Amino acid sequence: MGIISRGFSGRGRAVNEDLPPGQFLTEDFPVLSAGPTPDIDTAEWSFSIRTEFGTDHTWDWDALQSLPTEDVTTDIHCVTRWSKLGTTWRGVSLDTFFENVETSREFTMAHSYGGYTTNIPLEDLLDGKAWIVHTFDGEPLDPEHGGPARLLVPHLYFWKSAKWVRGVTMHDSDDPGFWEQNGYHLYGDPWREQRYW
Amino acid sequence: MSGWKVGTVTTTSTQTASARAISLEVPGWPGNLAGQHVDVRLTAPDGYTAVRSYSIASAGPGETVELAVDRLPDGEVSPYLVDDLQDGDQVELRGPLGGWFVWRPEQAEHVQLIGGGSGIVPLMAMMRSHAASGSTAPFRLLYSVRTPDDVIYRDEIAALDDSSLDTMLVYTRMAPVGWPVPPGRLSKAILAESVFPASEAPLIFVCGPTGFVEAVATWLVELGHEPSRIKTERFGGK
Repeated sequence: MGIISRGFSGRGRAVNEDLPPGQFLTEDFPVLSAGPTPDIDTAEWSFSIRTEFGTDHTWDWDALQSLPTEDVTTDIHCVTRWSKLGTTWRGVSLDTFFENVETSREFTMAHSYGGYTTNIPLEDLLDGKAWIVHTFDGEPLDPEHGGPARLLVPHLYFWKSAKWVRGVTMHDSDDPGFWEQNGYHLYGDPWREQRYW
Repeated sequence: MSGWKVGTVTTTSTQTASARAISLEVPGWPGNLAGQHVDVRLTAPDGYTAVRSYSIASAGPGETVELAVDRLPDGEVSPYLVDDLQDGDQVELRGPLGGWFVWRPEQAEHVQLIGGGSGIVPLMAMMRSHAASGSTAPFRLLYSVRTPDDVIYRDEIAALDDSSLDTMLVYTRMAPVGWPVPPGRLSKAILAESVFPASEAPLIFVCGPTGFVEAVATWLVELGHEPSRIKTERFGGK
């Protein structure tokens, strides 16, 4: 146990098993972005997967809408220590995008409009663990929260769920993305509290 | 960066009705860059802990860390830090954290700081680092507050304004007596008049409530500033 802070009693004692260590609950939806919110017209939007063979698999907004959608209810955990439980999203599983992609590489880098990047092992994007989502709580996703579409990888800290996502490139090593170069953990498992370097 | 360190409160100073600056002596603190954060952990007698992340108001080497905390009405940690913490009390700290929203004294380019409310805290660290290092980088501050009583670090900012800083205050609810313009929210027109022009390619740091930062960052892009030159920190939800 750490040193006692005189006079501090705190508030919640009820153990919430859905809350990873060091997190607190918020009902709010805080916005964390490193720069301005980009203005992205869905008519200009596309999402691509680029492999080591230089092959691009690309979907525009209409193509995205034509893919099978899933409704996802999940908890999200931000490295700045807030968690939000039972959030609802709609989008397309990364399994669907990767269905016809041939690659032998095991790591990916997600790229966003505005220049943001984040690295994610391929296995963390597959098997029903990640989506491209365009709807939050029944409404089109707000630009501040990554609209028109963002990555959702809820089993990792939320900086991995890249806002304004526009593509994924295949890598043969786990190269650090934007926050991973600026102090955050390479992998980011909230249950193991992998916050920082 | 290693684990938790014990910080002992050396001084506190009331800044506004809701904000207080807190200086801590933290043995083993490695120093920090202007704009970095720290995690603060409080532990209750029964072992219950609460952790929150705060911007650091101080910068540079040494084992002193200064925070400036604004009380959130329904907060769990900030009311304790603002109202209850006394000299000699101890909390734990982990950091410094973050390598993006930072300013280094060797950066020579123009710097435009834009703060809303308690968003001044990391910008204060940059102003102090700028003054302490003798940097000749042109520095400007645009600071939006509700009333004259809500200005955190008022005296220190006024003193810097006489030496190393160019300051512009925007009062949104109530302005001081004799202030040349009526109170009102920051607008794109005021922003355009107040900040370094895009032709100077300033590095811009914007920190404040989400709505404030969203509006300011969008206007800056519309005024021709490169998005990659605009670094933001938002707090609160939308």
